[in-house]
Amino acid sequence: MYSFDFEKPSTVADAVAALGAEDAQALGGGQTLIPTLKQRLAAPSKLVSLSGIAEMQGVCVEDDGSLSIGGATTHATVAREAAATYPALAALAGQIGDPAVRNRGTIGGSVANNDPAACYPAGVLGSAATIVTNTRQIAADAFFEGMFTTALEEGEIITSIRFPVPQVASYQKFLQPASRFALVGVYLARFADGVRVTVTGASEDGVFRWSEAEEALNKEFRPDALMDLRINPANMIADLHGSKAYRAHLVSVMTKRAVEACM
Amino acid sequence: MKITMTVNGKAVSGDVEGRTLLSGFLREHLSLTGTHVGCDTAQCGACLVHVNGEAVKSCNMLAAEADGADVGTIEGQANADGSLNAIQQAFQDHHGLQCGFCTPGMVMSAAALLKENPRPTEAEIRKYLEGNLCRCTGYHNIVKAIMAASGQDVSSIAAE
Repeated sequence: MYSFDFEKPSTVADAVAALGAEDAQALGGGQTLIPTLKQRLAAPSKLVSLSGIAEMQGVCVEDDGSLSIGGATTHATVAREAAATYPALAALAGQIGDPAVRNRGTIGGSVANNDPAACYPAGVLGSAATIVTNTRQIAADAFFEGMFTTALEEGEIITSIRFPVPQVASYQKFLQPASRFALVGVYLARFADGVRVTVTGASEDGVFRWSEAEEALNKEFRPDALMDLRINPANMIADLHGSKAYRAHLVSVMTKRAVEACM
Repeated sequence: MKITMTVNGKAVSGDVEGRTLLSGFLREHLSLTGTHVGCDTAQCGACLVHVNGEAVKSCNMLAAEADGADVGTIEGQANADGSLNAIQQAFQDHHGLQCGFCTPGMVMSAAALLKENPRPTEAEIRKYLEGNLCRCTGYHNIVKAIMAASGQDVSSIAAE
């Protein structure tokens, strides 16, 4: 790692001020950022840890029934504390990485990084969640802009994410066992006003909604409704773990499994 | 910067850089070399320690982040009289190691598991160990040792 200064503020305001320094970077749980720094793929002047900010911790149910999760909440905490209110999201959190990674990695870190194979972006977009930052609220549909790219401005911090709780939902992850990311992951959420289907791990553009599957399932919510649907492999990721065609095929299979899990 | 923490029940302090990893602080500043650095990419789990009671990969956490924390390492696992604790003894009894490189992480992971789940099934143990890699044993005897350490009968599972 290149050398950097370290700061650990205890309020969002202090963190925002610390991030004003040139080339300063926010540090969530560091489960992606620290390996990145070790590879010398980034050279921040200062890391601003968000782990000491009490107002960014924890899971709570809002008056309107939605679930609010602090940006610095670990995956292990979400897996434990969201289980009663939003079991599919808790199950997603419980499948990230491994137990030790889940004790450090945070929801805000994962969502801000927007890794094209990360689990949380699928859950956030699939739930039509709202990303709350120190300055504004951003709808998930406007947040994820492409691989490792989001609507966040320089120095903007995800303070919490608010999830409307669907009637039923399921996350189906086809594990890439070496990285423990999703080779393909599909999140399906059924709300009173319709179904949302999101896909991670598959596209060169990062997480996306599979609108054809949503339309088909809105007409008829059963696995057979997807029978004739195929997703175009042109924009799929191809690497040594799977070709474009393989990933496109997996998207169909995992979506079908998600519907089955919701029946 | 100066950091202080409790390691295996003792107050310690040291002067570290922002980029100093917890694994480096334990090994190089405190000479607690039982915590092994295997992959240095947070995959193998040989560096696993407890931070405020939770399993953490110490090669993937800055030492400065553990300022003020209660840290447990393999050196703190033995009983007060120096004899092996139940998990360590079970690893010996059931041949849960060969080269031993991954063992500190395996024991610390097992301790974290048994704290939250005192009588795990074989499947639960295998699932919990997803972040701990062993290249010698094939895991069978590690799983067996952890089941034995939790007081369960292991006569019917996994070959020696």
